[in-house]
Formats: sequence, structure tokens, C-alpha cells
Amino acid sequence: MITVEHITKTYGETTAVDDLSFTVEPGVVTGFLGPNGSGKSTTMRMIVGLDRPDAGQVLIDNTAYVDHVAPLHTVGALLEARAIHPGRSAYQHLHALAATTGIPRRRIDEVLDLVGLSSVARKRAGAFSLGMGQRLGIAAALLGDPDVVILDEPVNGLDPEGIRWIRNLLKSLADDGRTVFISSHLISEVALVADHLVVIGRGRLIADTSVADMQRAASGLTVQVRSPRARDLARTLADEGVTIETGADPDQLDVTGLLASVIGDRAFAAGLPVHALIPTEVSLEEAFMRMTHDSVEYGPADLPASPQTEKVLSR
Amino acid sequence: MTITDIDPRPSAEPRTGLRAPSDVASLRVTLPRVIASEWVKFTSLRSSWITLVSAVAILIGFGSLAAAVSAGDVATRGGQGGGGPAAFGIDPTTLSLAGSGLAGIVLGILGVIAVTSEYSSGMIRATLAAVPGRQSVLLAKGLVIGAVALVVSVPATLIAFLAGQAILGQGANVSLGDPGVARAVFGTGVYLAAVALLGLALGALLRHATGAVGALFVVLLLAPGLLGLVLPQSWEDTLLPYLPSNAASSFTSVVPPDGMLSAGAGAAVLVVWIVGLLGAAAVLLQRRDA
Repeated sequence: MITVEHITKTYGETTAVDDLSFTVEPGVVTGFLGPNGSGKSTTMRMIVGLDRPDAGQVLIDNTAYVDHVAPLHTVGALLEARAIHPGRSAYQHLHALAATTGIPRRRIDEVLDLVGLSSVARKRAGAFSLGMGQRLGIAAALLGDPDVVILDEPVNGLDPEGIRWIRNLLKSLADDGRTVFISSHLISEVALVADHLVVIGRGRLIADTSVADMQRAASGLTVQVRSPRARDLARTLADEGVTIETGADPDQLDVTGLLASVIGDRAFAAGLPVHALIPTEVSLEEAFMRMTHDSVEYGPADLPASPQTEKVLSR
Repeated sequence: MTITDIDPRPSAEPRTGLRAPSDVASLRVTLPRVIASEWVKFTSLRSSWITLVSAVAILIGFGSLAAAVSAGDVATRGGQGGGGPAAFGIDPTTLSLAGSGLAGIVLGILGVIAVTSEYSSGMIRATLAAVPGRQSVLLAKGLVIGAVALVVSVPATLIAFLAGQAILGQGANVSLGDPGVARAVFGTGVYLAAVALLGLALGALLRHATGAVGALFVVLLLAPGLLGLVLPQSWEDTLLPYLPSNAASSFTSVVPPDGMLSAGAGAAVLVVWIVGLLGAAAVLLQRRDA
């Protein structure tokens, strides 16, 4: 478990992280989301003791990172793909790290195999592609078979096959009961693998929520209903907190504020036929954009809302 | 035929991972392990070997060349190989160690690169995440670089000396048994390893190769001359002997230059330089964000 307690970090005039607190629980994959420059990498560096917070503290299983006797066995971190000397081979890179804490050589072969780099283990890492470098970084993170796995933008540079591989890997790590914490600036990437989300913007916590809750909270659930007696159905469903929109198609209703099952039950009770009942979720992308809209660090000064965003905001 | 008594599950799962309690207990970070890691880092880079070989080649090559040039001079004049006058005014020991200045710079760069290459490649973050007790990283680097440099520079200096003396020939040369010669030869070998540590400390302080190599040049080569130009005479006399290269000259030459410290004091001053700079680097390493 990672416990972040009121950490603040400033670089000169810039406050990178501002009184940030959250916990990352074991057994699930937690996504760490925020626009570029929102303080994700800084927070991750503070978790593994590379940067020191100006205030607050980070505990890993109730102990500061620097006080763990076998840090690589406690936390495995991929902080940037290229934390690798280009002159060393993948094997030598892992060997140097393994040696610090007495990790046996069989484990080096094991992780190389796990990330699919066995065949190029003796090649200079400088000749690796972005994706191979990323895999080597992941191998280094898993080297100590750690309880806590922290990956900064793990999907970067991976091909679709690699993305599927890492998804399965992260799921299996979480299923082992490990704490898995991955960052991304793209919610679409994270939503596919994470169960829980920590969203930050400008170094502050915006949301600490499950993926499903975030969707509900940010958008409200809309159900597309088709019925030959749409007009009668609309009257039946009309209620406090329920929005019903009708489009060009007279048989179709967009109902927000009622679950599909409730709409079905009410239609049945009123004896009205229903031909389709389709829950349509406002995309997470839109939900995320809406949440972080005010905290985009490097956006154009007067960012005109995209048509999609506008639709969400005007709802 | 007998039925072989085998495990009904012939391919029992090989043990993977490090989750067994015995593994956990054995995975402590210790100084010997950090040294082992630094040894792997050092030996796995081609540049390490190239630098070491260059230092040896410069030491022996320049020493032999300097000796040969002097000896040849004599031969053309006297007609007899290895006459005395060529080395006249020049200490034969110093002549055969003519490469030590440049070899020192090369070994100093070896020390610089041992640290700065970790910063330029980003490896330092992996290193310091693996070893949060950061001083032990610097200590281990110092031990590995210092030991390697020493093991290489002392024999190489000796070979340069012996080769140089052989080239100078009987009559113009000196032997290790002559007064002050052995101290100068072995002193030079040790000084070269000390320069490697000086480079390491500067690399750790400045974290960029260009800055650290520049600082190394200034401290070793420029400072003795420049300070002589800008400082008043009395300050000059007081300060100059304490510069690392001048302090070392008290024990790296058979006849130390005028106004320098005694051999023991010179060695002590050099040690203070190295310990001081490495200590400052250790404090900053612990304090600064990686």
C-alpha cells in the first residue's frame, strides 16, 4: 500500500505538487491521471525517495521508502524508459541492479523472459527501440519481485500487442495481491486496465474514485430508448431529476437519470412496448476533459472547448 | 524391465520469483553488494577498458618516447648509445614518467565519467532507487575506481620507469635503489589513482561531464600557473604548495621543487583534498533530488 500524506513540492516559483494526499490499495490496479505537467512524475519520484517533498511524507507499507532494507523487493518502479546506460546490454543493466540487493541470476533470466527480451539480452541497450527500452524498464521494475509496482506511462512506445501484454501483466500483478500504480495522461489507456483512479491537475487532487464512479459522477447515465409509443413512454418516465430528450427520430428517447432496468420495468407496468434499451455512457475521455479542464497546465491560453466538450458542458 | 520410480509430475513448476521467506531475508542492501554492483557497472562498459588502456599506453609510450628522444640526442652527438649529457639537467626518473601528467588527466576523466554517465543516461535514478542510502553508492564507486586505477597505474608507472631507464641506457639512467627514486615512481602510481578519485568527486559534485572535466583541468593544470599570476607573492608562497598537483609533486619527484611541502605533508594534503571533495559530494548527493 502506498500512503501519500499532504506532500508539497516546489521548484523555484513553480508548485509541482500541492498538498496532495491519497492512498493506493493493494490488489487493484490504480491509475494515476492528469494532464501533462500536472505533477504525476514528480509524485512518483517522491514515492521512491528520489525527490524529497518540501512538506508531507510518503509511506510504503507504513515505512518510508528509504527505510526499507530491501527496496527493490518492496517497490519496483519504472520512472522513465531511458534510465539505462546505452553502452550496457539488457542483461548487464539488470545484473548491476540485481547485485545491489543480492537478487540471484536466475531471476534476471526470469524477468528477461517475462518481458520477451531474452533473445536480445546481450545486445547494447542503446540499439533498442522505444518499445524494447520500455520492456527493459518494466523488467527492471519487476526484478525484485516487489510488493508495489509503480510504472510511469508504461504504455508509451508499446505496440498494440505490447499494450495487451502489459494489461494482462498488470491485472495478474494486482490479482497476486500487489499494489499496482500506473500513470498516464490518457484516460482511455488507463480505463482499460485500472479499477481505481487518482486524478490530479496542477499538483492537486481532483478525484480519487473508481472508474465506474467517475463515469457516473462526471456524466450521469444516459439510456437510449426506442419505442413505437415513445411519446406515451416519455410521459410515464417523466419525474424529478429525469431528463428526456427527443431527436429527429420520433421513436427514440434519450433518458438521463434512470437506469435501463427501471425504464424497462416502468414501460412493462404501463404496458408500453420497448424495442431497444441501450445504456450509452458519456465517454471517460469527455469526463476526464471536463474534470481537468480548469487545470490544464500547458494548454493554449484561451482554449476553445472542443465540440464534444461543449456538448457535455451544456448538458 | 523395471518401472523407473519417477515423480508423477515430471515437470513440477520451476520455482519462480522471490517470494519465499528465505529470499526476502536474503535481499538486504549491503555495502559489499553495492560494491559488486559498481564493479558490474564498471566492467560492463567498453569505455572503462578503453580509458584504462589509454592511460597505460600514454604512461609507457610517452615515457619511452621522452627517454628515446634524449638518448637519441646523445647517440648522434657522442656516437655512443646512452651517453650522459642528454639527461643532463633533467632528472632521468621524471623523464621516464613524462606521460604521468596526461595519464593522470585520462584517469581523472575515468573517475568523472563513472558518475556523470549515470546522470546523462538517467541510470542514476535506477541506482539511487535501488540504494536509497546514497552515500554507499559513492563509497562503492570510490573503492572500485580507486582500486582499479591503483592496480593499473602502479605497475604501469613501474614499467614506464624501467623501460625509460633501459632506453636511456647505462650511465644516463638511475635505478630504483637510488635515493628518492623508488618513492617518486611508486608515488606517481599512487598519485594517478588519487587523480581518478579527484575526478570522481568532481563528477559527483557537478554531475555533468563537461563541467567536471573542466574543473579537473583547472585544478590540476591551470590553477598552479594562474594563481601564480594573480596572487600577491606572499599568498602565492602560502597557497600554491597546497594545490593537489603541487602537493603531489613533493612525493612524485626525486628532487621536489623549491618551496613545496615535505613528502609526508604533501601526501596528507592530497588525502585531505580527496576526502574533502568526496565528503562534500556525499552530503550533496544525499540532499539533492536525483
